[in-house]
Amino acid sequence: MFKIKTIFAAVALASSLAFSSAAPAAEGGGMEAELQNWSFSGLFGTYDTHQLQRGFQVFQEVCSGCHSADLLAFRNLSEEGGLGYTEGQVKALAAEYSIMDPSTDSGERPAVSADRWPSPFETEQDARDSNNGAYPPDFSVLAKARGITQKFPYWAFNYFTAYQEGGPDFIYNVLTNYAEPPHGVEVGDGQYYNAYLGHGISMPPPLADGLITYEDESLPQTTEQYAHDVSAFMMWMADPHLVSRKEMGFRVLLFLVLFAGMMYLVKRKVWANVEH
Amino acid sequence: MAGNSTYTPTNPVEKWLDDRLPLVRFSKEHLMDFPTPKNLNYWWTFGAILAMMLVVQIVTGIILAMHYTPNVDLAFNSVEHIRRDVNYGRIIQGSHAVGASMFFFAVYVHIFRGLYFGSYKAPREILWILGCLIFLLMMATAFMGYVLPWGQMSFWGATVITNIFSAIPLVGDSLMEFLRGGFAVDNATLNRFFSLHYLLPFVIAAVVALHIWALHVPGNNNPTGVEVSSSRDTLSFHPYYTMKDLFAIVVFFIPFAWFVFFAPDILGHPDNYIMANSQVTPTHIVPEWYLLPFYAMLRAIDFNVLFIDSKLGGVIVMFGSILILFVLPWLDTSKVRSGNFRPLFRPFYWIFVLNFLALLYLGAQPAEGIYTILAKLCTAYYFVYFIVILPVLARIETPRPLPKSISESVLGTAH
Amino acid sequence: MATQAKTTATRRDFLYVATGAVGVVGVAGVVWPLIDQMNPDASVLALSSIEFDVSSIEVGQSVTIKWRGLPVFVRHRTEAEIEEAKAVPLSELKDPATDAERTKEGHEEWLIMIANCTHLGCIPVGESGEYDGWFCPCHGSVYDTAGRIRKGPAPKNLVLPPYEFVSDTLVQIG
Repeated sequence: MFKIKTIFAAVALASSLAFSSAAPAAEGGGMEAELQNWSFSGLFGTYDTHQLQRGFQVFQEVCSGCHSADLLAFRNLSEEGGLGYTEGQVKALAAEYSIMDPSTDSGERPAVSADRWPSPFETEQDARDSNNGAYPPDFSVLAKARGITQKFPYWAFNYFTAYQEGGPDFIYNVLTNYAEPPHGVEVGDGQYYNAYLGHGISMPPPLADGLITYEDESLPQTTEQYAHDVSAFMMWMADPHLVSRKEMGFRVLLFLVLFAGMMYLVKRKVWANVEH
Repeated sequence: MAGNSTYTPTNPVEKWLDDRLPLVRFSKEHLMDFPTPKNLNYWWTFGAILAMMLVVQIVTGIILAMHYTPNVDLAFNSVEHIRRDVNYGRIIQGSHAVGASMFFFAVYVHIFRGLYFGSYKAPREILWILGCLIFLLMMATAFMGYVLPWGQMSFWGATVITNIFSAIPLVGDSLMEFLRGGFAVDNATLNRFFSLHYLLPFVIAAVVALHIWALHVPGNNNPTGVEVSSSRDTLSFHPYYTMKDLFAIVVFFIPFAWFVFFAPDILGHPDNYIMANSQVTPTHIVPEWYLLPFYAMLRAIDFNVLFIDSKLGGVIVMFGSILILFVLPWLDTSKVRSGNFRPLFRPFYWIFVLNFLALLYLGAQPAEGIYTILAKLCTAYYFVYFIVILPVLARIETPRPLPKSISESVLGTAH
Repeated sequence: MATQAKTTATRRDFLYVATGAVGVVGVAGVVWPLIDQMNPDASVLALSSIEFDVSSIEVGQSVTIKWRGLPVFVRHRTEAEIEEAKAVPLSELKDPATDAERTKEGHEEWLIMIANCTHLGCIPVGESGEYDGWFCPCHGSVYDTAGRIRKGPAPKNLVLPPYEFVSDTLVQIG
């Protein structure tokens, strides 16, 4: 009797945790998201530095013209858990960019590794003026500021699979689902219909097949490939310490399980001579 | 029972200290020798788990405060700075954010344990009331803490919740501006929330001390609800319950660590990674999961009653749902404590649990369609349970026969 | 009987000791990050080393830059200043140091020093004082053309930060 009640209570309480908060930020209203395979998902997920480098290339050549990345520092590219560039490479890369610095004579100076990624626009109004009134969101944590909705029981499973890739999945689906609006659906001036979102957005389709030339010619130079790579890069930008976090987590969990086992034996031993 | 002290100082230094401030005597009496019923089950470990979580939150919180900047232009980026640049910052920040959820999960288990086993009944009414006070303080602390990262949900959650104070007649608007420090949630609000968020956990700690003191006067309740009658019913707290509680804490840390290291954002909301923008409202404003049941009740009242408009009605119902807990000892007058011996009480209790979970779910849904009617039904049951069901049950229920003593229930025969 | 009791006691103790040891390791693992977080973070460490282009500093000119939050003098010395510094006998110095020890080989015209007086930290004024170097107005310390203390309460010469010339015009400090 007690056992059934305990199980029932346990399930009830566990599911109370499963009933998480509401729908994520921006959901696809048009169609279900096509979930992607990400190298960084799951317990043993890691970033593929080659993919990150390709994604960074996409960001540099396409996205950074409109989107800022205020929290990305050049040095992050060469730090541990970064893109695998050397400090020298990053120093040279940084020097190609200009930073506004009022302490210099001209007000500007070349960037150093310690600087953050300079914004493509001086003010928010400039950004809006260049983009039909819409403000291209900053990329720094965008991959964590978006997510997808899933029906029960899938969102409950996520607690056990540690699914945290809703952001990159969302971004990938947006980037790869620009389409002509279906019959009867109208899209405003300066808006572009996105089949995943189910409505128009101000950003024109930024990617196209063959738009960017990857050094690795064995890879398909397609929209899907670019979208995959830049989404992975954006996840890295939002969560640069993902790999070391998961590695530490594995060790911590192992320790806790081991220690719990030992504490259980201690508890049993302490209680051995007591009827309970 | 208090005054159980069998402590004698073992050396002159201890005696010197004992004569001036009996710290060692006090620790021995209350943390080691304290007679605790021998039949406590694992639902009773959550008190210690909660104490541990309070320490975790305070320690991680103080550290975060070393790196956080409570200014509307800098707050969001300062939290990212912690995650990116501060040594182990991502783990400390993750622990604090996830820790709040774990803290509330444990407090709900702890409260529902009390509700089932009648831990709120005489002579433990003050213990229960102090616990309700801690719960209220926890909610205030968590609410203010969530505002600090200054994301969209932080800002709009603060706007919605400070807005409800304007529902109070006459003084509402002034009170709302007083709380906000302005006409809208802005820098003044953020700064004072930071100050109070730092302060309240120490107030909680003080009330926790009173809570444990109030516990130690009558002693713990136990699964049978039958009071301790002799020393055969009890064990010393150390090592039996210190080791059991420590084991439970380690086990509790496993899902805690799972979230912190593998799914740190799953309990949160992606919108809070968007910097607060007073000109753009998110599509769905939701508080963190642990406040959802009360949020559901607040929204359920969308109709006027006489001179009370729906906004004020919602406020009354929401605060009422917490305040009613304070008077529970006088609503449930059944002489039998434990649900184990109350066969009529049990199904209503479990419906209450499911109802609470339903309210949690409904708090996250948009306030439209079938969800609105369900929210009203569930809110109604919540209050009917306390105001009608429990008092009536106390009168009409025939409880199962209680064991003569704790040791009898443990050993099965008259001992 | 006695041996059996002892063995049982030792076996039981082993579990407690082992668990206690594992527990201590766990606590240490938790405590270290809580302490380490107070150490300088990555954004501060990124600025622990800077590169400065000296080509715009004329002969006889001095510039004050910031390094690790401290002011740093970068002075392009004249021949006269260098000669004057080299001519000072070590016995006259409170904190003996040759001019060569205060500069880098091949770059003797450059004097790079932390601009805090070694007495109590004020920033001395350049091209003043009776030794043609720096004069600290707070308590009257006087430094020579190599930044060495000659007069006044300061105990040490102006401190040299670690630096290297990565090229003729680029110096890396820190």
